Amino acid sequence: MKDERIQMGHGSGGKLSHDLIADIMLPAFKNPILAEMHDGAKLQIQAAKLAFTTDSFIVKPVFFPGGDIGKLSVCGTVNDLAMTGAVPLYLSVAFILEEGFPVQDLKTIVQSIQTAAAEAGVFIVTGDTKVAERGAVDGIYINTAGIGKIMDDVDITPARVHAGQDIILSGHIGDHAVSVMAERHGITLPQAITSDCAPLNGLVKEMLLAVPQISILRDPTRGGVATILNEIASQAKVGILLKETAIPIRPEVAAVCDMLGFDPLYLANEGKILAFVDSAYSEQLVGVMHQHQYGRDARIIGSVTANNRGSVGLRTTIGGVRLLDMLASDQLPRIC
Amino acid sequence: MAVYPNDHIQKAAAFFTKEIDRLSKRPVRLMEVCGTHTVAIFKAGIRNLLPEQVELVSGPGCPVCVTPSSYLDTAIAYSRQKGVIITTFGDMLRVPGAKSTLSEQRAAGADIRIVYSPLECIDIAKNNPMKKVVFLAVGFETTAPVAAATIIAAENASVKNFFVLSAHKRVPPALKMLLANGDVNVDGFLLPGHVCAITGESPYHFLAEQYHIPAVVTGFSAIDILQAIYTLVKQIETGEALVGNQYKQVVKPEGNPHASRILDQVYGKADAVWRGLGKIANSGLELRSNYTSFDITNDMPIDVPNQPEHSACRCGEVLRGKITPRECLLFGKTCTPEQPVGACMVSVEGTCAAWHRYGTWRWQG
Amino acid sequence: MCLAVPAQIISRDEMLALVDMDGIQRSVSVMLLPDVKQGDFVLVHAGFAMQLIDEKEAEFTMGLLKELAEHGSLPE
Repeated sequence: MKDERIQMGHGSGGKLSHDLIADIMLPAFKNPILAEMHDGAKLQIQAAKLAFTTDSFIVKPVFFPGGDIGKLSVCGTVNDLAMTGAVPLYLSVAFILEEGFPVQDLKTIVQSIQTAAAEAGVFIVTGDTKVAERGAVDGIYINTAGIGKIMDDVDITPARVHAGQDIILSGHIGDHAVSVMAERHGITLPQAITSDCAPLNGLVKEMLLAVPQISILRDPTRGGVATILNEIASQAKVGILLKETAIPIRPEVAAVCDMLGFDPLYLANEGKILAFVDSAYSEQLVGVMHQHQYGRDARIIGSVTANNRGSVGLRTTIGGVRLLDMLASDQLPRIC
Repeated sequence: MAVYPNDHIQKAAAFFTKEIDRLSKRPVRLMEVCGTHTVAIFKAGIRNLLPEQVELVSGPGCPVCVTPSSYLDTAIAYSRQKGVIITTFGDMLRVPGAKSTLSEQRAAGADIRIVYSPLECIDIAKNNPMKKVVFLAVGFETTAPVAAATIIAAENASVKNFFVLSAHKRVPPALKMLLANGDVNVDGFLLPGHVCAITGESPYHFLAEQYHIPAVVTGFSAIDILQAIYTLVKQIETGEALVGNQYKQVVKPEGNPHASRILDQVYGKADAVWRGLGKIANSGLELRSNYTSFDITNDMPIDVPNQPEHSACRCGEVLRGKITPRECLLFGKTCTPEQPVGACMVSVEGTCAAWHRYGTWRWQG
Repeated sequence: MCLAVPAQIISRDEMLALVDMDGIQRSVSVMLLPDVKQGDFVLVHAGFAMQLIDEKEAEFTMGLLKELAEHGSLPE
């Protein structure tokens, strides 16, 4: 079994495929729905409103401080469901593997998928595995899709965002992006700085049970806080003004940004929430979030304004206002 | 290093903005020469805090902005050669040549790698002995010694497949050129702190001595910049003109003599073409004869058709403070941040790009 | 035009130094600043130590800021 590698035959649908599923996937994801091993999963869901989402994951390196592509692929989809106000229930997982990918790495990834799914309380009920020729993909890509049941009395929509609301952020920004890229730029991070990758449905459930009036929830993944808030500002036709001094950034993350010329407001997060709520409820909501391990550093970072519709401004430390544009494309290390 | 507490920063900023407003009785136009200052000013929201009569214009100190499109065309031509790996700072990736960008070439299959430090190129060269690694050496007096040191390091390590495509530039000749024809409309200069860290401040004494324009070597925090503006406004009102240094913790009178020597060992002065400004005497750096083996244009000559820059582009006048971007016919039409034509639209923080994106935007409180 | 950050030298050999910037570490070249010692603060640009940071001057600037914050005026 040592140094066993993925071969083209593992994606053929024949004996090798069967063995891969039987040896690696089924024992890890074990549940009665998957155990039927039919072409599709048969689900029974008592709900008036369902949420359904899909996401694909390409990340380099595949293993990074605080997680790996497997954990990411579960958290990403679970969090997308949670942001709609849903309780995530079932996930599909599809792997695209490069010929030659180490089987031991696949096992590790499958195990972290199951660990994350167990924490989130979801079941992997269907899946797929394909193998592409060496060089056609970079190691491993994963797609997940998920179904969740939208909670009662919850209506998460930009239409309910209005002037006077507070914007709450669940914790420090940029941890994920910096953890993933540090090594690429020869930077050594202290052990305490790891990806924030985490399933947020538990925290969201607590938040919505306590304050069902929350009007919108978003997770600031790619494009970061600035880009997501721009989307909300334009969808809801409101202005948004953030306070620079209120936005939590770890000094180490700020140092990486200073060195490479990055703006942390545009860095990806994989375990953070932005919530909009009437200011009457914001203190209560922050209090609830502080009780949860993924919301300990939650705070109000800004508010919704009637002026400057469609724009996001940042009140800087010195009291100026800077316009936060949408991220045009990826940030690259720069010298000026 | 000690960190400034937020309340100190806020109180100091309030003091300087109030004083700047009180002191500036007529419209003044100040030029921040350095692109990193432009970014810092934008990020701190300084323009937004200054009174209407104090205008900041961006000078020719963004190395990406002033790199001519012919250089990009040459870099792109090398990126298409078999067995060539292009290494570059991230800034250069989206700068347009006549017809394409390095980013587009990378998507089309060229091996183009982003580096944070040129030293990384030596490892890339060692790991790819059959390929030629070409570093796009751009930047001013701060960055040029870094490239020079890398060339010496490559020589010491006997790395034969590391090359540079050099377009380093020197700041003072560009400022001299801007001022020489007498029509530049600038009342004071914020001088580039990190360039002066290498050169010292003396190359800028001519601003005060010859042109009676005050100038301040400036650091990069919001307070550094506000304090420099305050100092300039004060001098302008009293009619004084001095070249001051408000970044003494980093800028010594003699600069960094060791770095200057290394630069001088590898590079000599030469004429250079600036995007939007044309050819400026002695404003560039070229490899000295002992080091021409590191010059890719020497090792692998390549014919790149000369594509003239857009004739209607008025970046040169924008940089001189003679016109605002809106007076250029291309602005916002042919020339946009997504498809830039001229120097000032190239960098996100170039003058035209900033005007295009933010206009006279002010937060409506 | 020149992004540079302050860092403290943790250790060094002939050509390279390990530096700390607010808790992150990176190896930088000391080719342009050969006389730096452990404990020195330096300015880092593109992977090279470019210049020593004068701590006395930095403290002086700090003091100025404090003075401003507390008294609302600059010492003449």
